Amino acid sequence: MDLHFGDSKPTDDERAAVDALLGPPESSWEGADRSDADLRWARGGREARDRRDLLLPGLHAINDRVGWISDGALDYLCRRLTVPPAEAYGVATFYAMFSVKPRPATVLHVCTDLACTAAGASELCAGIEGGLGPGVQVERSPCLGLCERAPAALAIRAGDPVRTAVSAPATVREAVLAATAPDSAPEEPPAALAVPQADSGDLILLSRVGVVDPASLDDYRAHGGYTALRRAFELGPAGVIREVTDSGLVGRGGAAFPTGRKWQATASQPDHPHYVVCNADESEPGTFKDRVIMEGDPYALIESMTIAAYATGAHQGYLYLRGEYPRALRRLEHALVQARARGLLGDDVLGQGYAFDIEIRRGAGAYICGEETALFNSIEGYRGEPRSKPPFPVEKGLFGKPTVENNVETLVNVLPILTMGAPAYAAIGTARSTGPKLFCVSGTVDRPGIYELPFGATLGELLELAGVRDGLRAVLLGGAAGGFVRADEMDIPLTFEGTREAGTTLGSGVVMAFDDTVPLPRLLLRIAEFFRDESCGQCVPCRVGTVRQEEALHRIAERTGADAADDIALLREVGRAMRDASICGLGQTAWNAVESAIDRLGAYE
Amino acid sequence: MSVVPLGVPRRLLEFTIDGEPVRAPEGSTILDACRSAGKDIPTLCEGDTLTPKNACRVCVVEVEGARTLVPACSRKAEPGMEVRTDTERARHSRKIVLELLASSVDLSTTPRVAEWIKEYEAKPDRFGPDAARLNEEPKVDNDLYVRDYDKCILCYKCVDACGEQWQNTFAISVAGRGFDARIAVEHDAPLTDSACVYCGNCIEVCPTGALSFKSEFDMRAAGTWDESAQTETTTVCAYCGVGCNLTLHVQDNEIVKVTSPHDNPVTHGNLCIKGRFGYQHVQNRG
Ligand code: SF4
Ligand code: SF4
Ligand code: SF4
Ligand code: FES
Ligand code: FES
Repeated sequence: MDLHFGDSKPTDDERAAVDALLGPPESSWEGADRSDADLRWARGGREARDRRDLLLPGLHAINDRVGWISDGALDYLCRRLTVPPAEAYGVATFYAMFSVKPRPATVLHVCTDLACTAAGASELCAGIEGGLGPGVQVERSPCLGLCERAPAALAIRAGDPVRTAVSAPATVREAVLAATAPDSAPEEPPAALAVPQADSGDLILLSRVGVVDPASLDDYRAHGGYTALRRAFELGPAGVIREVTDSGLVGRGGAAFPTGRKWQATASQPDHPHYVVCNADESEPGTFKDRVIMEGDPYALIESMTIAAYATGAHQGYLYLRGEYPRALRRLEHALVQARARGLLGDDVLGQGYAFDIEIRRGAGAYICGEETALFNSIEGYRGEPRSKPPFPVEKGLFGKPTVENNVETLVNVLPILTMGAPAYAAIGTARSTGPKLFCVSGTVDRPGIYELPFGATLGELLELAGVRDGLRAVLLGGAAGGFVRADEMDIPLTFEGTREAGTTLGSGVVMAFDDTVPLPRLLLRIAEFFRDESCGQCVPCRVGTVRQEEALHRIAERTGADAADDIALLREVGRAMRDASICGLGQTAWNAVESAIDRLGAYE
Repeated sequence: MSVVPLGVPRRLLEFTIDGEPVRAPEGSTILDACRSAGKDIPTLCEGDTLTPKNACRVCVVEVEGARTLVPACSRKAEPGMEVRTDTERARHSRKIVLELLASSVDLSTTPRVAEWIKEYEAKPDRFGPDAARLNEEPKVDNDLYVRDYDKCILCYKCVDACGEQWQNTFAISVAGRGFDARIAVEHDAPLTDSACVYCGNCIEVCPTGALSFKSEFDMRAAGTWDESAQTETTTVCAYCGVGCNLTLHVQDNEIVKVTSPHDNPVTHGNLCIKGRFGYQHVQNRG
């Protein structure tokens, strides 16, 4: 590789931010002052190149300290890691939370996504923009994962350390305060507030949220923590996989692939090392369950990842956390330190001679990084573009090695499977959808939040619990990539097979209710805009198709019937090609919600 | 005596294309097999000297049992596969992809695209006069080559040729994302401030003319570019001992550009700055 660096220099601050992550540079070849020895030999290229995966953390370090990434800072980071600047520039410009143009140290992300729009995000934005001076940049953001407290805003102030403040439900005054004085903003309400059933006593996955102190490992153990891992060590790796397979657990991220089969396939790969990746890049609009688990019961996730690693023969795990979750980050970081200190991670987990550790990697604002292979690219320091499959991750995943990837909800299901045993777990729910399921209910309901129900409850029962209001017009199932159903379809059973039979999908468990005050065409436009913004741009059907769809929806925003027929036909034709010919799930599902609104709700009739 | 490298003998896979049984060596792509079977499948991002990136999706075909269409250029053939190349479903996606591309970028210098647009009855105009386009000005910032990203279909070929697959210079990459994604050098700087070494291997692989010789760009602007009046002569570069093959494109007794044969087993169409651009001395006739 023949690397060429410009002559722009980092500021002292930028250099310090990078050095704090990577340690001081050793020779002038990677940015230190030139010594005599540097004139005679150059070392370290290979070692530095092996650290390419520190590119994203490096960009975060600079962005956190300064608020944006200058030419000099980017070049310095590239020199430290021997990454070509053009590639690093491509990576830095891929993520919404980074800027390569100067901007103020404080950025206020105001959510304008579905639940927040329904709760008045537009007025909020207008008010905030009027109420803030030039020291803050306001950015309209996709879903911040705080939908139960919509409308939401997140302030991030660069510095050492970086400061964050959340305002949700946000008023103009509070959001402005969060941006101008993040240090004195009030603490967020406890995670348990997002669990309306918290006191009911019969929860499985959410049983500890609001009950344990998320900062205390002892408290976690006092509430049954680490019994599942002990059981795993008794069973041995093959035994764990057998239990998980017998439990009937399938992935909760939307694809519903059998977890046991995935683990088995990874475990049996001859190539080593194996990796475990937890997909905590919960970016589907309307989803916030993973955040609540990570904030309210962080050790549960660490314990489940350890079990997954033990079962599949991995010694290193990565937890890819979406960049918009500062509180989850703090709690997980703390939990990792505690777990390491107490021998629950590290060289000798629970004294069983098994080595495993977890590294957290932060996303930086890209929905597509929730796609499993895009997530691998993101961790590896490349643009978060999905890879083509085959090969599948169980064979060639992270760093080209066999990798098991599961999302947070899937992983925490492993704890009850091991503590109650596969048969007892499989008895919950229906024959083909076993176990408990989490639903993120938001929109126009009285008690938005996460609900835990056994598979098989109906949509009506769930909405009843959440306090559905009169005048319900439509429910969006599965988030932006899911589909709308009508208010008279309340008896749809919430199972994978039941929703499929009803011609819709459970997706990631999003249930967003909209009453007749919410303007449907505006929601559909927002969905189209979301996909246009979040397309990685790699393949033509999605890169251009999402743009053409948004244009058509703009044209028919005020039209119905025969006036809209042309554009609806066009939407269908483009949508069909996107579904058939896009590389990944984003392009393949981008038209689902709009199509369902046209077909099931008669949106433009 | 010349030695023909035979390589490792490969097993033959048996499968069907459009109902006809075919045999292809293990490791071939569906596209390889289709081409040997005489099927004409459109391709844009596929490059004969590059690993398929399967980004354009114009080559999609139907494979029995697959939920979505599959890109013929990159999917490996498997025994027993039933491939259908010309179904309504595959034709529909190809048509839409051509419409989407032609409505957003300038394909006037992309070989064969006009023919496919006709064949698939694509109507790029139907997205209306306000349909978003790239609308970029050509970047003319050096004397050797011009980057006209208004013609770029983001096929990633130039990125791969400049990066790990051939040149190892990594001067260009994709920046931004979605519809705003563009090929760019670091910091979106002019080429002259970048790591580019002007080997021109990116021009060699660009399928659309988004990257072109300054000479060609100027002649097109002046209306004097005339491919039918050009002759191509393949010779050997005389600058150094490597001995790369050069193909001189000559119009009116002037070299107008230099390419290199892709089937040359040593260079695969790649050259360095001297072979690619250093031809003026030939025609300095004092
Ligand atoms: S479908 Fe969209 S997000 Fe997925 S690879 Fe293609 S452009 Fe990227
Ligand atoms: S400039 Fe040419 S080679 Fe590069 S991506 Fe665009 S069309 Fe492809
Ligand atoms: S093109 Fe460059 S490398 Fe090839 S023979 Fe000419 S001077 Fe040598
Ligand atoms: S936080 Fe605004 S829609 Fe989810
Ligand atoms: S030629 Fe196959 S996807 Fe472009």
